Amino acid sequence: MAGDTQQTGSEYIQHHLTNLTFGHTEHGWGFAHNAEQAKEMGFMAINVDSLGWSIGLGLVFALLFRWAAKRASAGIPTGWQNFVEMMVEFVDGTVKDSFHGRNPWIAPMALTIFVWVFLMNTMDLIPVDVVPYLMGLAGVHFQKIVPSTDPNVTLGMALAVFVMIIYYSIKVKGIGGFLGELSLQPFSAKNPVVQAIFVPINLALELVGLLAKPFSLGLRLFGNMYAGEMIFILIAMMYGAGWILGTFGGVLQLGWAIFHILVITLQAFIFMVLTVVYLSMAHEDH
Amino acid sequence: MELIMIAAAIMVGFGALGAAVGMGLLGGKLLEGTARQPELGPMLQGKMFLLAGLIDAIPMIGVGIGMYLIFAVAPGVAA
Repeated sequence: MAGDTQQTGSEYIQHHLTNLTFGHTEHGWGFAHNAEQAKEMGFMAINVDSLGWSIGLGLVFALLFRWAAKRASAGIPTGWQNFVEMMVEFVDGTVKDSFHGRNPWIAPMALTIFVWVFLMNTMDLIPVDVVPYLMGLAGVHFQKIVPSTDPNVTLGMALAVFVMIIYYSIKVKGIGGFLGELSLQPFSAKNPVVQAIFVPINLALELVGLLAKPFSLGLRLFGNMYAGEMIFILIAMMYGAGWILGTFGGVLQLGWAIFHILVITLQAFIFMVLTVVYLSMAHEDH
Repeated sequence: MELIMIAAAIMVGFGALGAAVGMGLLGGKLLEGTARQPELGPMLQGKMFLLAGLIDAIPMIGVGIGMYLIFAVAPGVAA
């Protein structure tokens, strides 16, 4: 970072947007040295940084909450225990409001989604150049610290939610119920011939609705975080433009970071609420 | 390649137009509801933030894809 020639703006942005990808190229397995090589690696490339940060944060969440649960004592609740209790009660309340089936598995999953996505998003608040500079010293030149700005991560989570929707729909409504819900929904008629005409129209409508759920769920988080990080990068570019613009950039960074705190919590909350609502719709048995 | 700029601008522009109108209406209705029944203020505000996040989704997806177009699909054009 420091040694090379004067970077153009687009190179700086490009540098902050390339993942650390590990994949197969003609030189065999290895890390990509630039964006083009990463693109060549194609589908089977692994974004090591997104995986590393997201799994690491998932572990942080799991271990910290388990530690709180282990040491929970009614007598002398510690500050951390109060915080964890507050989070659990908050999520439990939201799930109770919006989930109408009976499934003991939903609330813990909702808590996991909320805290994990929140942790992943808060990595965005770390100033743009700090971690890449430190990682640069350690020899890692390309790195994206916020896992949720990687479409693979957000669409991957949305895909998991989609699989859950299908699984629970079939489990609660049965295959017939689920397919019936797709094919008989908006238009139905007594006369079988007319009904047969309606089925493809219904299927088209319902399938679009069904596929829109995971797609919008994943892309909503990606769009918000990617746009947020892009603005942080653009602000960070102002630091290199002399004292006046630099200090103005600092003020902008502070303002945008404070607003971004709202965006981060809101997006994590919406991801959780929509997952619970989709699963609640999957559990409805007519 | 320069058309990508126009494409991204259209995506972001129209998305923002819709969201701005939606947010304006949402805010107005929140104020009306709170004025009509002040004790429901906090609950309405909670719902308003949830809906603001949902309204924000589509333009943000547009912004996300628009910036993806600019910086990832055609990196050279931005400079």
